Amino acid sequence: MEIIAKLSILADAAKYDASCASSGVKGRNSLGGKGMGSSEGMGICHSYAPDGRCISLLKILLTNFCIYDCRYCINRKSSNVQRARFTAAEVVELTLDFYRRNCIEGLFLSSGIIQSSDYTMEQMVEVARSLREDHDFRGYIHLKTIPDAAPELLALAGRYADRLSINIELPTQQGLQQLAPEKDANQIQTAMGDVARFIQIAKDEGRSQAARSIVSLPGAQRVRRAKAPRYAPGGQSTQMIVGADDSSDAAILQTSSGLYGGHQLRRVYYSAFSPIPDASADLPLQAPPLLREHRLYQADWLMRFYGFAHQEIVLPGSAGMLDLEVDPKLAWALANRQHFPVNLNLAPKEWLLRVPGLGVRSVQRLLLARRGRSLRLADLQQLRTATAKVLAFVELTDYHPRRADLESPMLRQQLLQRMNNGVVQQKHSGMRLPDTGLSAKTAQLSLFDGW
Amino acid sequence: MAMKKETSSDASNAASSVLSSEFLVIELEQPDDFDGFRQAAKVLLALRVEPHAVRWRFCQPLTKQMQAQDLFAADEAGSVVGRALTPDALEQLPLPPAQPLRLGKSQLSTMRLACCHILEGRFALCYRWLYRLQADPRLRLDALDSDWREIERLAKAAGREIHKMHAFVRFRPVPGTETPADAQPMQMAWFEPEHHVLRAASGFFRRRFPNMRWAILTPQCSVYWDLEQLLMAPGSTADQAPGPDAGEQLWLTYYRSTFNPARLKEQAMQREMPRKYWKNLPEAQLISELVAGARGRTQRMLQI
Ligand code: SF4
Repeated sequence: MEIIAKLSILADAAKYDASCASSGVKGRNSLGGKGMGSSEGMGICHSYAPDGRCISLLKILLTNFCIYDCRYCINRKSSNVQRARFTAAEVVELTLDFYRRNCIEGLFLSSGIIQSSDYTMEQMVEVARSLREDHDFRGYIHLKTIPDAAPELLALAGRYADRLSINIELPTQQGLQQLAPEKDANQIQTAMGDVARFIQIAKDEGRSQAARSIVSLPGAQRVRRAKAPRYAPGGQSTQMIVGADDSSDAAILQTSSGLYGGHQLRRVYYSAFSPIPDASADLPLQAPPLLREHRLYQADWLMRFYGFAHQEIVLPGSAGMLDLEVDPKLAWALANRQHFPVNLNLAPKEWLLRVPGLGVRSVQRLLLARRGRSLRLADLQQLRTATAKVLAFVELTDYHPRRADLESPMLRQQLLQRMNNGVVQQKHSGMRLPDTGLSAKTAQLSLFDGW
Repeated sequence: MAMKKETSSDASNAASSVLSSEFLVIELEQPDDFDGFRQAAKVLLALRVEPHAVRWRFCQPLTKQMQAQDLFAADEAGSVVGRALTPDALEQLPLPPAQPLRLGKSQLSTMRLACCHILEGRFALCYRWLYRLQADPRLRLDALDSDWREIERLAKAAGREIHKMHAFVRFRPVPGTETPADAQPMQMAWFEPEHHVLRAASGFFRRRFPNMRWAILTPQCSVYWDLEQLLMAPGSTADQAPGPDAGEQLWLTYYRSTFNPARLKEQAMQREMPRKYWKNLPEAQLISELVAGARGRTQRMLQI
């Protein structure tokens, strides 16, 4: 089969995986090397598909042949799709070619399982090895590991890859049993635990090496510190399919929260179940719940950056589901009005972060500015945030909302209306956030010498 | 606080004779000449020259032609030329002793970025903010000051353009550019940035592709990496860059296949990949076809 035909099959088969990020690796370039590639921390989206998703990596399967029969998967044994298989060398060539054209940040390689889990994993590791060792490739590599592959292979994979992921697939064990009977929830958790452990070991070694000072004997050649072996510096991530089984949002967030805490996962991706060609009969026949997926991402942000616990995000009386009409932070504020208004001049950071419409960056700015003077309504306008939302919940030197307005049963409707009038934009994960440019802590430089 | 020019020392006497005219014209070398700006600002601040008394102008990239639109009205032009100064010339002035102005590192890089913006008044804005800062050091921490917010807005736009340039530059091999020393053809890209960001964006490509000869052409200026150094050259036209090659088909195939028709979200795409970039992105030619076919493809998937 021609390479172009394989590419179209094996990229098509990989498109249901939501992960795309190429971030989390700092300061690597090809200066002084023989190959190419760099990574400057935040990842770059080189293109966008008409589905709005970022194209950052060459996301393909090594093969879509599979000995398993997971119901939600287009590559399952019983599916009628056309099959193909890349050789390791072909994947390496494609990655280098796309990279040279500046189309991608690197490779995201996944695979159906052929022969055995170990055999498949070995092939994937070989691709990563060849890129790193034969071609001195310093771009991003993300390997989707196979949970029941041997731990030695897992250990090897992490030496070449920037990120490893193991898909949890479904939020509950029952869901997994029902839709992916050959997969074992315990094994998935064990493999995640192994990866987390390897990452920790590599980190500790790096740290203790940096701390150890080197004493050279007089006249001896300068001793160079051996580099600590790196292991998946971009951390570990996973993906959960949303809407293929009947798990509630509460169950999903609980599982995520457990993963962030238990295995220090960098990201959990939520992938709205997508209808697939030749679908299995026990799957829902419906368009993917994209809005639900979006709300889950917002809720996930609240857990990771805003100090919310998973239990409080899904409100009592909602049957475990997030509000589709308003974002989770606003929904929480509306249900907990006794805590508002928050005084922007006095309240601690945790409470500023709970104000609907105030993001992490805005909060930073407000905290900084209020050190020098008191905050006024005009300052809020400078932030260009969703002012309508914010104003309902805050107090400023020259602005005091009326209690009656805050307690009014009409508040939700009013806010919805006002938000519809202004455009509320959603941020994309791959976008660089602007620096505030102001920090009391950064070193002070003279305007005049060596900026 | 009122600013008074010191008149007692010799230094400021010499300086104030230069400054006796109503305003000064500072000539920068490039539209993104931040170092020149900084050099000039240092002297101007030491002399307490008020912002409205300074006019900034800058040369067209890589030529010594003054940018026409930045010269003032024709009747003013004659009187301006005699008093135009380069940052280097300004440096020669004897200066009264002055307190150095201290700023945060990230403030400096924000200002540097803002000066790549296409806005005419970018240097004037930055100078005004520095001048105000000198008068009132508390401004340094005022994240909500309107001049500072404007500087940030410019920096953000220029920064976004740099980021998009890193993302959307597409190299194509130039056939016949193989050399005895380097068997690989040179890789060349055509790009049309809205702001003056080519220089600021180039370092990234140097760190990423040090072992490949590459060039990026833009209408204003071009940059070329010869495996040892970055060379700046005058602007080009689109036809000086290579057209699509056979290998590009692979990329188009990938773009087509990785799109999931069941998740069509055109607006989200356009927010991150605005139309102004489409004409130079090979894959963008596929967008309308993919969008048009999405509904039908999804329906077929749902029917089976
Ligand atoms: S093991 Fe992976 S590729 Fe195979 S059927 Fe299950 S999900 Fe699909």
